[in-house]
Order: sequence, then C-alpha cells, then structure tokens
Amino acid sequence: MEAFQQAIAHRVAEQHRHHGKAQFFWVWGALLAMTAIEVYLAYRNLPPIRMLTILMGLSLVKAALIIGFFMHLKYELSRMKWLTMSAVITCLALMMIFFPDAFRILSLGAK
Amino acid sequence: MAEATLPHDLPSAYEPSLFGTYSKKIGMWLFLLSDSLTFGALLYAYSYGRISTQNWPTPFHSESIANATVMTAFLLTSSLTMVLAVRASVHQDAKAQRLWLLATMACGIAFVILHGREWSKLIADGLTLPVFPQIPGHTATGELVDVARRVPQFPATFFGLTGMHMLHVTLGVIYLGVVALRRNFIPLLLVFWMAAWLGTPSDSPFHYAAHILLVAAVVCALILWLKPKVYDSSDVEVAGLYWHFVDLVWMFIFPLVYLMSARIF
Repeated sequence: MEAFQQAIAHRVAEQHRHHGKAQFFWVWGALLAMTAIEVYLAYRNLPPIRMLTILMGLSLVKAALIIGFFMHLKYELSRMKWLTMSAVITCLALMMIFFPDAFRILSLGAK
Repeated sequence: MAEATLPHDLPSAYEPSLFGTYSKKIGMWLFLLSDSLTFGALLYAYSYGRISTQNWPTPFHSESIANATVMTAFLLTSSLTMVLAVRASVHQDAKAQRLWLLATMACGIAFVILHGREWSKLIADGLTLPVFPQIPGHTATGELVDVARRVPQFPATFFGLTGMHMLHVTLGVIYLGVVALRRNFIPLLLVFWMAAWLGTPSDSPFHYAAHILLVAAVVCALILWLKPKVYDSSDVEVAGLYWHFVDLVWMFIFPLVYLMSARIF
C-alpha cells in the first residue's frame, strides 16, 4: 500500500513539473482583469444581447483558464481532455433545446 | 476497501490507466462533470425564466454589484492560494501546504459571509421565498416586495442558484479543513456551527442552514474515525479540483445573475 501511495505521489509530482509560480499569478491577474472589464461593461448600457454575448464570451475564456491551468487539464492526456470536455459541452448544449419554448411563451403573450 | 483498488501506477504490475492519471482524480473529474450538469440546469432555468418573463427585475444597485465583485475577487484569490497549496504539497512542504489551504478556506469563508450579507439585505428589502421563515406580525415594506409578488420566478431561481453555489462553497471549505487539519478541524467546525447558529436571528434562513455545519461535523468525525489517514499530495490535488470547480461556476453566475440585472440608473 505504501508503494502504491508513493507511486501516486510520484505521478502527481511528475504531472506538476511544468509549473512555475509565475504562471499561476499571471492567470490570476488575467482573471481579475477580465472581471474588472465585465463590471465596467455592465455600466456601459449596451443592448442586452450584445452585453450577454460579450459577458458570456469573457466567462468562457475565464473558464478555459481555470480548467486549463488551475485544474491542470492542459497537461493531461489528449483523450482525458477530449472525453471530459466534449461530454460536458454536449450535455450542456442539449439543454438549450428548452430555449425556443421560452420565446414561444413570449409570443403567446403570457403575462 | 481502498486496499482492493488496482494500483495502476505500479510499474510492470498492472496495465496503466487509460487516462494517464490515478483513479481518485478521474473519480473527482466524473463527479465534477455530473455536478456541472446540475449547475447547468439551474443556470438554464434562470435564463429560461428571464427570457419568458416580461419586465424581469433589475434589483442590483451599485452596492450589490460592488459586493459581488469583491466576492468574485475572493474566489479568484482562493483559486490562486489553492494551486499554491497543491504546489507546496508536490514539493512536500507540509507547513506551506497547510498555510495555503488555510488561506483558501479564509477566502471561502469571506465569500460565504459576504454572500450571506447580500441575501439578508435582499430578504429585508422584501425579496423572499415562501419557505423562508417569517417574522410573526411583520410585513416587509422594502422596494423588492412588489418584485417577489409580480415575478416570483426571480427569487425562486436566484435563491435556488446562488443557494446551491453557497452550499458548494461551504462544503468546499469543510473539505479543505479536513484535508488541512484532519481531526483538529472537528472542534473548529463545531465552533463555526455555534457561531452561525447563535449569531444569526431566528427569522433568518441562515439560522436553520447553520445546522448543515453540525451534520458535516458528524459526517467528518465518522469518516476520520473510521478511516484515519495522512492526506498526501494526490488528496490535496483532488480537493483542489473541487475548489476550482466552485470558482468556475461562479464565473458564470456573476455575469448572468448580477451584471445582467444591474440597476444602472
């Protein structure tokens, strides 16, 4: 059992050998900067659709940075990256099937 | 039961893992994928309500936006301290690992306190749910009373979504506390429970939600009693995955719920 734990610890250390501290601070700074941009945009009185598009775009970039660098997926095997991300994106995309119904309610004139 | 697990990483003993990593980490990834669908469903429900409801309220004044921005900064900073904890654990620096984990917990606690303050203010202004405790003989007169009556979808989806996230952050803090302090965390958790229970008025939902901490203390005590262990770098890394996920979800809640409903004028 001890050999097993050591093998895992070795694997963890091996997987994290790419990282310098500076990289994490850069990612953190970028995330804070994008948050500041989002808050600034909220007060620019943009048309809702355009604002939603920009905000969701920035959120996706932030999510990619968190998943890639903080959650370390960037350094995992390709099959791990593809299987996890394609599965979750497909499932979330399938949920969009409900949105046309939301618009339908508006066109029916429901209060 | 853990002894029955196949040691994938032992050289030449067994077939290597298909995903090039250890089973605990794959298990956490699978949990996070399923949990992302929970939050996805809640975010879609909120968006559905917003699209299908005319005159969706924009109740968040600049004070609320500033509060939510500070909460976001706390969560992002906690993610930084979490990766530094993982890094310290990889370098077998136990002291730094514990300090970074405690810093992460502090940021998480600050997030929950700020969020609780925000909720309390909204409830005092009249934005409430039927399940929340009522003060006998008291009628709310705040500006949001009309919102709760006219667009009940808003408080339902808002409290559902942010409440689920707050629960995840709370459980994340407890998870990190167990990894960082092990059995020493149990009395601390009981102190948190007493503070949350006695420190909130009886008409606040947090007065009752505080008992989650008591339940968590019992569960953690059972786990640590049945299976005492020293948590190694893989445990810290897996706990970090959970924590970053909680941060990740907030990156969508903050713009969608708060910024898109900011009161500009």
